[in-house]
Amino acid sequence: MTEQITIGELLTARGISRRSLLKYTAYLASTLALPPLASRAMADALASTKRQSVIWLSFQECTGCIESLTRSFSPTLEDLIFDMISLDYQEALQAASGEAAEEAMAKAIEDNKGKFVLVVDGSVSTRDGGVYSTASGKTNLEVLKEVSAHAAAVLSVGTCAAFGGIPMAKPNPTGAVPVSDIVTHIPVVNIPGCPPIPEVMAGTVAYFVTFGKLPELDHLNRPKMFFGDTIHDRCYRRPFYDKGLFAKSFDDEGARNGWCLYEVGCKGPVAYNACATMKWNNGVSFPIQSGHGCLGCSEPNFWDQGGFYKPLSSWAMGNRALIGGAAAVGVAVGALSAAMARQQRNAAVTAATPAKEKQP
Amino acid sequence: MNLLDFARGPALDVAIAIFLFGVAWRLLSLWLLPHAVDRSVARADAPSGFSARVSGFMRHMTVPKDFKLSTRFAVVNGYVFHIGLAIVVFGYAQHILFIKGITGLSWPGLPTGLINLIGVITLASLIAALVRRINSPVLRLLSGFNDYFTWFITMLPVLSGLLAVSHLGARYEILLSIHLLSVAAMLIWFPFGKLMHAFLVFMTRGQTGAFYSRRGVKL
Repeated sequence: MTEQITIGELLTARGISRRSLLKYTAYLASTLALPPLASRAMADALASTKRQSVIWLSFQECTGCIESLTRSFSPTLEDLIFDMISLDYQEALQAASGEAAEEAMAKAIEDNKGKFVLVVDGSVSTRDGGVYSTASGKTNLEVLKEVSAHAAAVLSVGTCAAFGGIPMAKPNPTGAVPVSDIVTHIPVVNIPGCPPIPEVMAGTVAYFVTFGKLPELDHLNRPKMFFGDTIHDRCYRRPFYDKGLFAKSFDDEGARNGWCLYEVGCKGPVAYNACATMKWNNGVSFPIQSGHGCLGCSEPNFWDQGGFYKPLSSWAMGNRALIGGAAAVGVAVGALSAAMARQQRNAAVTAATPAKEKQP
Repeated sequence: MNLLDFARGPALDVAIAIFLFGVAWRLLSLWLLPHAVDRSVARADAPSGFSARVSGFMRHMTVPKDFKLSTRFAVVNGYVFHIGLAIVVFGYAQHILFIKGITGLSWPGLPTGLINLIGVITLASLIAALVRRINSPVLRLLSGFNDYFTWFITMLPVLSGLLAVSHLGARYEILLSIHLLSVAAMLIWFPFGKLMHAFLVFMTRGQTGAFYSRRGVKL
């Protein structure tokens, strides 16, 4: 439950020194692309700030987002995030279940009306009143409307919550929509990714807790500090792209030499995310470094863009019936117009012939 | 559907369909037209029809040295942007991928830096062609909407392609979308405007060569 002590008091009680806090805020400040002096301000702000109440709702999702976050949270620095926030409701992590869990959420909402942050992972089913995804006898749609009515802001974690994700893929049987289609009365911050980078989630929460406001967002409501550059711009394989050296398949010489993966479908040039700089598993690697092209999983509609292994510059849809039909019609119209011209000529010749014969 | 999805999908679908329809229509309607029989007597040493067409076409590839400098420049400049366009279209790895997606045919690409350089030269050459057209009183008189729009629709993919490769002016996906849409616009305009000369040049110059040859003229 929400604790009314400050983060500084909590850290002191846990034996975490101010030096450790400063080291952590220095890390956070660099992550957030803030100037070095900001780390001290962040440390002061964090020490005197009360823990932020957070309610986390999971809808149509695969639990990959929460898996990603929890696996990196401990024992790394990110576990401090759990000290910054009071996670009052999270179905996968909380001990309570059933009515006790629902009562805990109701109390957290009551205690923090208009102040808590609502985190959502998963898209929202809307078809047939949203009956395709329910919990505790309520549809996700109902729960989202009820809870978000009292929240200060929403963090849509993962591409499903941010942009609809895999549940929204054609033919979208559940009528899945992103959270921002339902919640329009309070700010919605999108932290997309399939799954999202844990440090991005942590950094966004830290920014909100420290500065009491949301970070600057791009046109898709993503924090610019993490989604300002493309994977391509920060990719270590970029020099090979510039030289025109491309892997043609995943096991050719180009792939073994670490050449650019554009030709095997890498979507890095149009994917805005921090994978190439922050990487995964404590900075060990990211998909391109592991030999696979970027899927562009932090972008809307990445799941229905004509194939993961189709290069960006290639024709995506390929409506061959339309193309073939148009060519056939062109042939027919061309032949018809020539036939009409022949017919006109023959008619003219026929009309002219008797006149010639009449001449002496 | 975002702009890039639209450009890569429906826009190119429709553009390629209109391109094929238009090219098939125009070529067939010309090829199948009734031919008037040339009843004049050919010169005794006149070559056969095919060789006359080929030699007539080849003779138009060069410009006599006694022509004015500006005319020689126009011919050389024409070569520069035609060859430049061909290298950029068929030598850039991303373009080869596009062609491969449609035809299944593929070949090695050129380095991006070289393509960039050729792209800039091609763009400069296209601008020079426009400047000459505007500055020459005769050309200005002969030029109409078809000429200027054909120039614009040819230049736009070159410019947008250079910007997209260099990531200049806007986000890459916007630049790539504009580039693909400009290519789609060019494909739509192709059969109905002066770009059709890419196909018709072989017929027109060949036929002119055949006519002249039959009369013993080499122009």
